[in-house]
Amino acid sequence: MKLPPFEYACPATINEAVALLAGHGGEAKPLAGGQSLMPMMAFRIAQPSLLVDLRKLPGLKEIKIGADGVRLGALVRWRDILDDKRLDAAHPLLKEAISHVAHYQIRNRGTVGGSCAHADPASEMPGIAQTCEATFSVIGKAGARTIKAADFFQGALTTALKPDEIVTEIHLPAWPAQRRYGFQEFARRRGDFAMAGIALYYDVEGGKAANAHIGVFGVGDCQRRLPKAEAALNGHTVDDALAVKVGEAAAAEVEPQEDIHASSAYRRALTGTLAERALKAAAAR
Amino acid sequence: MKNTFIGQPMERREDMRFLRGRGEYVDDVAMPGLLYAVILRSSVAHGRLISIDASAALKVPGVHSVITAADMPGGPPIVPMRLQPLPEFKPFEQPVIAHDKVRYVGEPIAVVLASSVAIGEDALEAIAVEIEDLPAVADWQTAAKNKSVLFEKPGTNRSLVFQARKGDADAAFANAPYVRREHLRTGRHYGLTMEPRGVMATWDDAAGKLTVYGAAKVPFFNRRILSAQIKLPVESIEMIENDVGGGYGARGEFYPEDFLIPFAARHVRRPVKWIEDRRETLMAMNHAREEECDLEVACARDGTILAIRGEVHTDMGAYMRTNGAVGARNVSQFMAGPYRVPHVKIDSSLWMTNKTPVGTYRGPGRFEANFFLERMIDMIAADLGIDRIDFRRKNLITSAEQPYPIAHVQPTDARDEYDSGEYSETLERALKEIDWPKLSKLQGKLIDGKYHGLGVVCFIEGGGAGPKESARIEVNKDGTLSVYMGTSSVGQGVETVFAQIAADALEVPVERIHHVYHGSTAYVSDGYGAYHSRSTVMGGSAVLDATNNFMATLRQAAGKRLGCAESNVALDIDKVTGGGRSMELSEFAELTAEGAFLNKKHTYSYGAHVAHITVDARLGRIEIVDYVVVQDVGRAVNPLTVKGQVLGSLVQGLGGAVLEDLKYDENGQFLTGSLADYLLPTATDFPNLRCVVLDDYPSPINPLGVKGAGEGGIIAAGGCMANAVANALQSFGAQPLQLPLTPTYIWELVQAGQKQAAE
Repeated sequence: MKLPPFEYACPATINEAVALLAGHGGEAKPLAGGQSLMPMMAFRIAQPSLLVDLRKLPGLKEIKIGADGVRLGALVRWRDILDDKRLDAAHPLLKEAISHVAHYQIRNRGTVGGSCAHADPASEMPGIAQTCEATFSVIGKAGARTIKAADFFQGALTTALKPDEIVTEIHLPAWPAQRRYGFQEFARRRGDFAMAGIALYYDVEGGKAANAHIGVFGVGDCQRRLPKAEAALNGHTVDDALAVKVGEAAAAEVEPQEDIHASSAYRRALTGTLAERALKAAAAR
Repeated sequence: MKNTFIGQPMERREDMRFLRGRGEYVDDVAMPGLLYAVILRSSVAHGRLISIDASAALKVPGVHSVITAADMPGGPPIVPMRLQPLPEFKPFEQPVIAHDKVRYVGEPIAVVLASSVAIGEDALEAIAVEIEDLPAVADWQTAAKNKSVLFEKPGTNRSLVFQARKGDADAAFANAPYVRREHLRTGRHYGLTMEPRGVMATWDDAAGKLTVYGAAKVPFFNRRILSAQIKLPVESIEMIENDVGGGYGARGEFYPEDFLIPFAARHVRRPVKWIEDRRETLMAMNHAREEECDLEVACARDGTILAIRGEVHTDMGAYMRTNGAVGARNVSQFMAGPYRVPHVKIDSSLWMTNKTPVGTYRGPGRFEANFFLERMIDMIAADLGIDRIDFRRKNLITSAEQPYPIAHVQPTDARDEYDSGEYSETLERALKEIDWPKLSKLQGKLIDGKYHGLGVVCFIEGGGAGPKESARIEVNKDGTLSVYMGTSSVGQGVETVFAQIAADALEVPVERIHHVYHGSTAYVSDGYGAYHSRSTVMGGSAVLDATNNFMATLRQAAGKRLGCAESNVALDIDKVTGGGRSMELSEFAELTAEGAFLNKKHTYSYGAHVAHITVDARLGRIEIVDYVVVQDVGRAVNPLTVKGQVLGSLVQGLGGAVLEDLKYDENGQFLTGSLADYLLPTATDFPNLRCVVLDDYPSPINPLGVKGAGEGGIIAAGGCMANAVANALQSFGAQPLQLPLTPTYIWELVQAGQKQAAE
């Protein structure tokens, strides 16, 4: 489980980083926390010829909170999010989700940009990005561009990033103070990748749910929204009976995989249970 | 002075060494000119080995050589069995390296020697191996068809059927008023050690001497195997036991690497080190446990067990390894557990499959047997309308029946009997500890979305395997004493325990026992090692004999020098007195005496587990509210270390009950190659565990009265948790019949129950 041979660079500017990535024609990989990449290299599943360590790049470690929402620099670590008291009001769903990420040591190192670029289907941050309609700022040889979360995530470990592009910022739209939210995931051990997870929120208009966003992760090959479950929620008064209905809708519209930890049928039922419970928790807030 | 160190909860003298990072493990041993070995392992489960081309690997800078079966004149040697070395098993034993066929993913094919492990791993990718695929045998049912056979010569995938017999079970069943039959199975586990295995070997060409570091568990036996394989006299081989980060039955057995590394060192005349990595260990170290059974229990209407009968099938993996038969043997002999069962008939088949071979893992066969029978007892008690605790009370063996003869197993012809104990006392104590009368009202209740369940089981633990153990006492230059042992440390605290025993016997302060040396082959003339919970039983009794011999030797020597009768010589801490005179003990430096304990009987400690759990029926999630183990160990030399053994093994058992399962697909591809896939319990998973250690019924078969006690926590954990789940989910009629109790499985049981209720 020793790393394969590779070159290492630790550029001081974004342009330099992009040039290094571009110069290696897809053989180079950015290093942004390394909590997934390093084990993959140790198993020799990934064998990049060059690692471009992003840790010295300026301006990517900040959490900016403004009227238009939360901007997470790509190198913001899980620990930074959990320690930021402003996020309790500015994005409580993000904070709750991130508290489920892996273990203490990993939360001290893993970054939001690294996690999204890696795009593990069971990761919390991509799930939040999808649910909350985040926008990714990326920069590459051809310049800077933004990508909507729905376009960014394309499948298991697959994103819209070109080999020479790096994520610089993740923007989560503004969070109204009255917004209701819930987050549920279940893993066989605390800190493991979830067998299924649900992040959801809605606003209350005239006593009824509106603007419902329900995202699922750990089920299927990509984090995604659940439009039928959202439709079942929008325009209704949220009570236990509705939570059951929304859960059933969520269970019906996922395409769960089978693996050594969970059967497909179980995962489908679990999705429904978690959606129902997340909605009940949201209503109880 | 009269000592009573035995029985005191003394902190382990090993701990400060380990906690301060001062332990020396095999990977810490450095040597100039060292080469690192990296092993190419088969990625194919079953196939014919056509060719190995290492020419490209040899060109990788830093690669010294690549060793294959072709380098071994006369072909690769075979690893013989250590326990139950029956002739029937011979055709199924493992060659140290693949030469004609590969039979499991992970089987060694080549050894790369390089200047670093990383370079060695680079070179692995450059070795071209051609393998002609053969149909994989990925479970025992496929093995039983004998369509694809692993070994052409015997032509069958069944290496043996153990037959456990007592009385006339068939006759008892023919007349039984009540019979229940169930099909149950356990998952595939292994004893994962915190420190993976490692071997370092040096070859002294001038002296013709081989030194092997990283020895563990049974160094003397392994030296005999290596001696025969490598054709060197045992005196030319020294096995050195470094600190060992866990054994659990798996570590320290003779594996292919235990030949390959010493062979490599002699082959290239350089020191060679191999340290198993985490990925390797999952497919290279012995697996265990995967057993399936059809079990029948016959009872009288009042709940008296009349007989048990059944068939067990063990998925042995690809080869019969050193102790590979133990689990399949034990499950047949101990199916009756601590209960009075007059008639037993169990056939236990050993099936060869294309998986990593099995060996022992803490509580081998006993974990499985306990789950099988205890699960059925709850179902039977319910059938008969008898309280499940009363059912157990009625059938537990009493002290008046001891020694109690148990089933004997053919073809090993092991006649055996339990030694001592009033088994129901541990059950009553466990019920009292957990406050059963109060908790019993919660059974099956749904509170805040969780169903409450109680599990209760009783168990028996075997220990103290013979035939012999050795110990030696020696006076150090500074007048302190050292104890040298033929048994080994796998982390169980023997340095502390043997010091307590020696200090009591010699009537000196325990600090005067300066050091307890163990494991390496240079310390005593013959040793047997650490397995079958035997170290304190056999080694401790050997220490007693050694202290007697030591005092006799000291009296003889001191009598002459003090000018008094030997009988007047006394040891007074650091002085030797007699005839009104006194000498410093240090003046007798290097005076030494060896002792031994010989015994063929086994000790049987016993106890009960009681659990209070909750189940979230929709998630299939189990949480433990409270869990108590009560175990009577005959005599607790050190209650602290016994508690550590009980709680540690309990956590391992809970891992097997709810988390751990080594998985393969139908092609024999290994699916659990990392600890993200093979789920071990972590510190946060099972926080609410307790244990009570009793020593009310000493063993009559050794002078200390001690019994083996390292496995009681693990043995009954699967049965107890499964019973607790059944109890919690009684409104769904859930009856778990397999382990581990995964969320998917629990959810399926609930679904089936709901479906049945709806129909």
